[in-house]
Amino acid sequence: MYEISLLTVMCFSVIFALSLNLITGFCGQISLGHAAFYGIGAYTAALFTTDGGSFWLALPLAMAVAGFFGFIVGFASLRVRHDFLAITTMGVGFLFTGFVRQQEFLGGEEGIAGIPDPGIGQIPYMLLCAVLAAAVIAFSLYVKRSWMGHAFDAIATDEDTARTLGIDVARYKLTAFVFGTALAGLAGALFAHYVKFVEVESFDFIESISVLAMVIVGGIGSVWGVVVAAAFLSVMPLLLQVFADFKLLFYGVLLFAVMYFAPGGIDSLMRMLWRRISGRRTAG
Amino acid sequence: MNYSDLLVQGLVEGCIYALIAVGLTLVYGLLRILHIAHAGIFTLGAYVGLLLTNETGSFAAAFVITVVAVGFFGMAFYRLFYEPLLDKPPHVALIASIGLFVAMEEIYRIVFGATSISFLAPPLKETVEVAGVRLEEGRIVVVILAVVLIGGLAVLAGRTRIGIAWRATVSDAAMAESFGIDLARVRYINFFVASALAAAAGIMVALLLNQVIPTMGGVPAYKALAIIVLGGLGNVKGTLIAALALGVIESFGTIYLDDVLDRDAIAFAFLIAVLMIRPQGLFSRR
Repeated sequence: MYEISLLTVMCFSVIFALSLNLITGFCGQISLGHAAFYGIGAYTAALFTTDGGSFWLALPLAMAVAGFFGFIVGFASLRVRHDFLAITTMGVGFLFTGFVRQQEFLGGEEGIAGIPDPGIGQIPYMLLCAVLAAAVIAFSLYVKRSWMGHAFDAIATDEDTARTLGIDVARYKLTAFVFGTALAGLAGALFAHYVKFVEVESFDFIESISVLAMVIVGGIGSVWGVVVAAAFLSVMPLLLQVFADFKLLFYGVLLFAVMYFAPGGIDSLMRMLWRRISGRRTAG
Repeated sequence: MNYSDLLVQGLVEGCIYALIAVGLTLVYGLLRILHIAHAGIFTLGAYVGLLLTNETGSFAAAFVITVVAVGFFGMAFYRLFYEPLLDKPPHVALIASIGLFVAMEEIYRIVFGATSISFLAPPLKETVEVAGVRLEEGRIVVVILAVVLIGGLAVLAGRTRIGIAWRATVSDAAMAESFGIDLARVRYINFFVASALAAAAGIMVALLLNQVIPTMGGVPAYKALAIIVLGGLGNVKGTLIAALALGVIESFGTIYLDDVLDRDAIAFAFLIAVLMIRPQGLFSRR
């Protein structure tokens, strides 16, 4: 059914967007190659289940492999910062696609087809994605309020000051990268078993930019803003043909417009609206 | 293919990268903006140059008109899109620039179509022999252009009043302004030069491939980003060396690394390897 597939797409997109929000939103480490980890998760799960592995084992496996690579890339964030990190992570994305294209066991240009169905039916699969998305939302909200969330926030605001205050910057950055990339891997595995076919184009630079757009439009670091933006932006191309045809134009204009007019995204717009409604002059 | 062929091919590629990357590094040096949309301007140069050549029949005339026109376009681009963002945190301009680039590629697709356009009569296609290596004329023109344009730029920066104003602004904008330098003018000229160089590179790439497509800016431009990071963001000399080095490494890499990585990923493998050892780039001043 059409509505079921819309909801499924929405749910794994929310997971994917929140996974980037952990790294870029909470911890302030900009990543322009996040689709690589989505891809690593998707390819890991696809290889595992086409080889006869169980779907239920494929999910944690995809998370572990993506998280492992995220851990390695996290080290890059310890060495380079800001603009340098943006370009480095963009490079990670290109390395991933460049590597996959040349590997026969990953299907090269053709990709991997015939990924087996999880065998639980369409509606339960949607529910599974929804439960996992809810869990990731809860996890994000929990992290944001935890001690770790405050440490992330300090690093995002001013890394040097955070270090002076005795926050173990390296440990928290690596943690953010591992959590974020492992969740991207989970989203990738869910995506692979939804479309039953993975090819390298699904994880290229444009995909990294699309997920970044979800985080930016939602409001960097805001959990609910990102959920709304991801849910909305992921199903728009399926609902409106115009949006599908000119998807990149919309994304491009949206990214620019948000940065130009409302760098806080949906989150700050909603807060502004709420303040106006409730009549308070300043936020508490 | 023997070594000298590979080396020469690599240097020619490196000259193209240099033409693109020098503009990027100029913008970064002055404004601390990673100007991703530079790639869109590169593609614009390719389209305008190709269409004008087909229209007028003269490649040389089309080249000059395009380079100047796209230079002015770059100035307008800065005024409209970047100037209002200068006071915001750095990631704002970066993300806005990504958005602009993605939107530009899409606009080219809508305006010029998704299929490639070619020259009606491709110019500079004869091969000549230089020092034992057979080369297309177009490739020789690329090298001459790179030397003349970037050399001219060095003279401009070193010897003229505007060049001195430019260097003063790069090292300390507030101080330069207090000495009476018109910052807005320096920034306009900066964007004019950067965009004109990108347009020149765009036309030459269009000529060498004999085709223009909406997404052609992507790969060379991402590589240009890798190059300016390698060169130590904002450092023109470092950028030039990194551009030529990458051209040569890629040229040899396609022969020896092809089983592991495709050509376009080599730049980033190189970049990541270097950054892990020297996080400030190969030739940073600090």
